[in-house]
Amino acid sequence: MKEILYSKRLAPYIFILPFLVTLAVFWVVPLGRSFVMSTQEVLYGQATFIGADNYERLLRDQIFWQAMFNSLRYMVLTIVLLVPIPLVLAAVVSSKIGSPRVKAFFKASLFVPALTSVVVAGIVFRLIFAESDSAMMNQIAEFFGLGPVRWLRADISGLVALLSLALWRWTGVNMMYFIAGMQSIPTEYYEAASMDGAGRVRQFLHITVPNLKPTIVYVVTISIYGGLAMFLESFMLYAGNNSPNNQGLTVVGYLYRKGIEENDLGFASAVGVVLLTIVMAINLTYLVATGTFKKEES
Amino acid sequence: MVAQQPVTQDGPPQQAGPAEGDRRPRRAVSGDGPRFSHTAGAWIQTGFLVVIAVIALVPLVAIFVGTFQDGNDVIRRGMSFDVDLGGLSLVNYAMLFTDSGPYFRWFGNSLVLTVVQVVLTLLVSSFVAYGFAMYDFRGKSLWFVMVLLVMTVPFEMLMLPLYVQVNDMGLADTYTVIVLPFLAQAVTIFFFRQYFLGIPKDLLEAGRVDGVTEYGIFFRIVLPISKPAMAAMAILNGMICWNNFLWPLLVLRSPEKFTLPIGLNTLLTPYGNNYELLIIGAFFSLIPILVLFLAFQRYFIEGMTAGAVKG
Repeated sequence: MKEILYSKRLAPYIFILPFLVTLAVFWVVPLGRSFVMSTQEVLYGQATFIGADNYERLLRDQIFWQAMFNSLRYMVLTIVLLVPIPLVLAAVVSSKIGSPRVKAFFKASLFVPALTSVVVAGIVFRLIFAESDSAMMNQIAEFFGLGPVRWLRADISGLVALLSLALWRWTGVNMMYFIAGMQSIPTEYYEAASMDGAGRVRQFLHITVPNLKPTIVYVVTISIYGGLAMFLESFMLYAGNNSPNNQGLTVVGYLYRKGIEENDLGFASAVGVVLLTIVMAINLTYLVATGTFKKEES
Repeated sequence: MVAQQPVTQDGPPQQAGPAEGDRRPRRAVSGDGPRFSHTAGAWIQTGFLVVIAVIALVPLVAIFVGTFQDGNDVIRRGMSFDVDLGGLSLVNYAMLFTDSGPYFRWFGNSLVLTVVQVVLTLLVSSFVAYGFAMYDFRGKSLWFVMVLLVMTVPFEMLMLPLYVQVNDMGLADTYTVIVLPFLAQAVTIFFFRQYFLGIPKDLLEAGRVDGVTEYGIFFRIVLPISKPAMAAMAILNGMICWNNFLWPLLVLRSPEKFTLPIGLNTLLTPYGNNYELLIIGAFFSLIPILVLFLAFQRYFIEGMTAGAVKG
């Protein structure tokens, strides 16, 4: 027995066994059950098969579509903000001019927000975007001649608060990805372009960006997942899962409301299945469109 | 014998972290354009970077200042650029250390849970990673694709079925269930695998010739030379555990088991009467991580950008 267990043939399976068990017990079984539950009405532990009823209910559910809209909007806007801004900052930091000490300070300052928990970040941003005219954001608004804004009461201003939070927490991390990517671009490319008379901006657009494509694809991919799965940022900013007219409700927030708060497990499972399908579909489309799979095959 | 291997340096070369770039000698100012434009450019760049860095630090400074202010006032008026210097006091600090109710219990719970989870996650995940890195076996690429898949699916999509599952297993409201599903952690497995791939196979053969078992090679030869990877992953996982919120929020019921983020969240109710504790408590929850960051910045960045080190 011991000999078999210690043999070189069995050893790799013993090594990866913890992963296989985790995968089976905590991923495959729950997700499978989730799929089954989405075709059931689950009440007090009693499950009745109801076919596609949950999905039909879902399609007619306006709040679900609102949540979906909110999640998609958040995802698109975080990509629009959290790819170009960190990219430009990374290029500025990676340029050869400037003091290394200032750059180190800059990188550390932008990275530190990613270390804060969503709870602490949410508390702070809630207070920065408070309604009173002495709150920071209202002082800034006043500087630009705008009256005190009740940030979290209206849709767009609430979205601004949410995006600010995301920008604050993730700019530094994305920037680090890009800096790491830029270090692998050969300096000869820049020297050649420089001799051809290309300025900094053109070098950035024609050398840096194309050569960073794998990193950009990676960052966009995690942003798609992260954006569509966003829940806690909104949960903390609005101090709970309820916001005025559900303006801060995301798909995961809706899943949480239905599944955890209202214990409607069948319906919530349907929300989960739809969300997972959409996320997978968007990401697969994106990865095929950017040619990521082709590269792996060759 | 082991210590002389090149691997014992700061990790395999393909994982050179961003911090490496800082140490590269700066190129002399020359090349395109006259000298003064570089100096001017450098000044503009410095100004730009400093302004953005300061903006990024505002929220942290604001909460630090908030620890000296009246909590109810901060909650009512929000965090402001106008700071009444005369109104600052150490009252909240005195309260924190004498009369903060369950705060240090939450703190202790978080600390114990984080240490246990990090140690176990590193052991289990590196164990799994070793299997993927060092052996050829049937189904290897399929299982590794599963690692990548698990790595990309956000936990939010799994939370409900997992919640139902652990309730049925009778594990709700235990620390076991907070730790157990995440011991074989995909990002950590991925990172260790990359690291192990850089270790020369001769080393393993030498161990085998000496009669060391396959597991002995892992525990006695490979683990001791993997300290840099351990450090980066300890920090990444430590941060994830310390800040872990959603999963504990779902499974923990008993107040005496609350972790720091869960406890702080309970203070954030509209009917709260403990806002002093909310602000100073939130600030103190940052301190362990900030201290670690200042000491091990390089490992933080390496760990947190681990996912991008695609092979």
